[in-house]
Amino acid sequence: MNEIVEGFSQAGNLIVTLNPDLLQIAALSLYVSLCATILAAGITIPLGGFIHFREFRGKQALITLIQTLYSIPTVIVGLLVYFLLSRSGPLGFLGLLYSPEGMILGEAVLIIPIILGLVITALLGISRNIRDTIVSLGATEFQVILEIIREARFAILAGVILGFGRAISEVGVAMMIGGNIRGETRVLTTAIMLGTGMGEFSLAFALGIILLAISMMVVILMKFISRRYEP
Amino acid sequence: MIRIEAVTKKFGDTEILKTISLKVLKGEIFTLIGPSGSGKTTLLRLINLLDTPTTGKIVFDGTDTSDNEKVRLSVRRRMGMVFQKPAVLNTTVAENVAFGLKFRGVEKSQMESRVHSALDLVGLPDFSKRKAITLSGGEMQRVSIARAMVTEPDVLLLDEPTANLDPVSSEIIENLILHINKELHTTIILSTHDMIQGQRLADRIGVIMDGMIVQVGTTNDIFYQPAGKDIARFVGIDTILKGVVKTNDGGHAEIEIGSALFEAITSIRPGQRVALYIRPEEVTLMLPESGSKKTSARNQLSGTITRMVQLGPFIRVTVDCGTLLIALITRRSCNELGLAVGAVVTAGVKATAIHVIPDSG
Repeated sequence: MNEIVEGFSQAGNLIVTLNPDLLQIAALSLYVSLCATILAAGITIPLGGFIHFREFRGKQALITLIQTLYSIPTVIVGLLVYFLLSRSGPLGFLGLLYSPEGMILGEAVLIIPIILGLVITALLGISRNIRDTIVSLGATEFQVILEIIREARFAILAGVILGFGRAISEVGVAMMIGGNIRGETRVLTTAIMLGTGMGEFSLAFALGIILLAISMMVVILMKFISRRYEP
Repeated sequence: MIRIEAVTKKFGDTEILKTISLKVLKGEIFTLIGPSGSGKTTLLRLINLLDTPTTGKIVFDGTDTSDNEKVRLSVRRRMGMVFQKPAVLNTTVAENVAFGLKFRGVEKSQMESRVHSALDLVGLPDFSKRKAITLSGGEMQRVSIARAMVTEPDVLLLDEPTANLDPVSSEIIENLILHINKELHTTIILSTHDMIQGQRLADRIGVIMDGMIVQVGTTNDIFYQPAGKDIARFVGIDTILKGVVKTNDGGHAEIEIGSALFEAITSIRPGQRVALYIRPEEVTLMLPESGSKKTSARNQLSGTITRMVQLGPFIRVTVDCGTLLIALITRRSCNELGLAVGAVVTAGVKATAIHVIPDSG
């Protein structure tokens, strides 16, 4: 128990003193997971719209596959992306292994199924009536898709927040692709693992608390942004 | 304005519409009347080009709409549709009304004033900043009408616009529909299962039953000369009697029904089997002791009241005169006459109030 209490005070301490190591780690965590979320959302929202609005063979099977991938282990994604990015892999020439950009790619691959699945569910939640109304008002096919995505914005945002949460909190991809290099690719979760391994439990707790605090700020920010588009 | 040529619509193996041909004239209110599930909504959706007919075609103001999607979009943009269940998008009332303009690329500066006048039209001028999803059903329906009208369509389609509304809201919507037709000269196609509403609003009525248009005509045609038993029942003719024409003297016929003899106006020759349609409001009831009173009702039948059902300010009285006659009378006259089940009355029907058609079976 002591470690938790101490963790809180240490977290406060680290934040108040603006510990440069911590700031760098926290900033990298935020950078990697935000970029991964933006990348994933940029891919999944149009792709989800495409899957939802088009009829094709195997559509239901595809959706089942996407939903199955919700539970893909992070280390499996890490392994796959590791092979992709390693020097002999197909994307090896990019030199992204053990770099923040490589981590962004890995995290994005990890959260794409979740956001994609939830985007499709969000679009399914918009009733046939709304769609008919939009078509009837003279929208082109593109305008219809755009308006329905807009109408589903809150449910889509929930999916994006969940994706961000998974990206900032996971350790498998961050460790395998980033390598936990101090000052380079160390993020909050990998630092927590390291701290735990070295017996510095209160530091680990402190980092965990900071991670949640960052997460809360991001969630509040996203809600604030989405509310600006509310009537 | 709109010509529907032998249109059918199948969903899977179910045939919802069976060969419908219909013309809607410019500037009229055309009402589709029929029971639930008869195909009214399906037909309106086809007219609005939301769905495509399985066979046949729809011609809008001379343009064949079975062409490509581009043509369909441009034709669809000359129409406005209001759905049975009002659907508003989750934004302000003003933005909801503006959608049609936005899709057509109308300039922002113009948009505001047009949205404003559309909201004025439906009597909701102060609603523009309200959240659309917080409105009542009647208000949402009026917003839907404003949204459809803001683009100044040639044709306005309304699918059971008052089906889910209270009487006050319904009246507002009905007056609005008449106003739009008379003042803005918009052609209106409206579906309803409410005969009285059809009667109030329509220039012409098309009766749709089981996926077929069974009769098209003016309100009077449909309500006083229905073209078949099912239509008659549907438009509220309670009494349908079957008999044989006995004599016919220049259109004034005597028709034998059971033991009774009815006088009616028809050109059908003696010996033919016929059906008589009698609207309940055309049947008068008198107490037998006042029977000496002279009346123009040619048919007088004595009988016993077997059933009385209250319908708002009216009472529907079933009289057994050998055959069953149904009369609709006001509650007040019922009280004045002191009518009750078991009482003996004389039922009167004018010869001109009986609609005679050949009996097919």
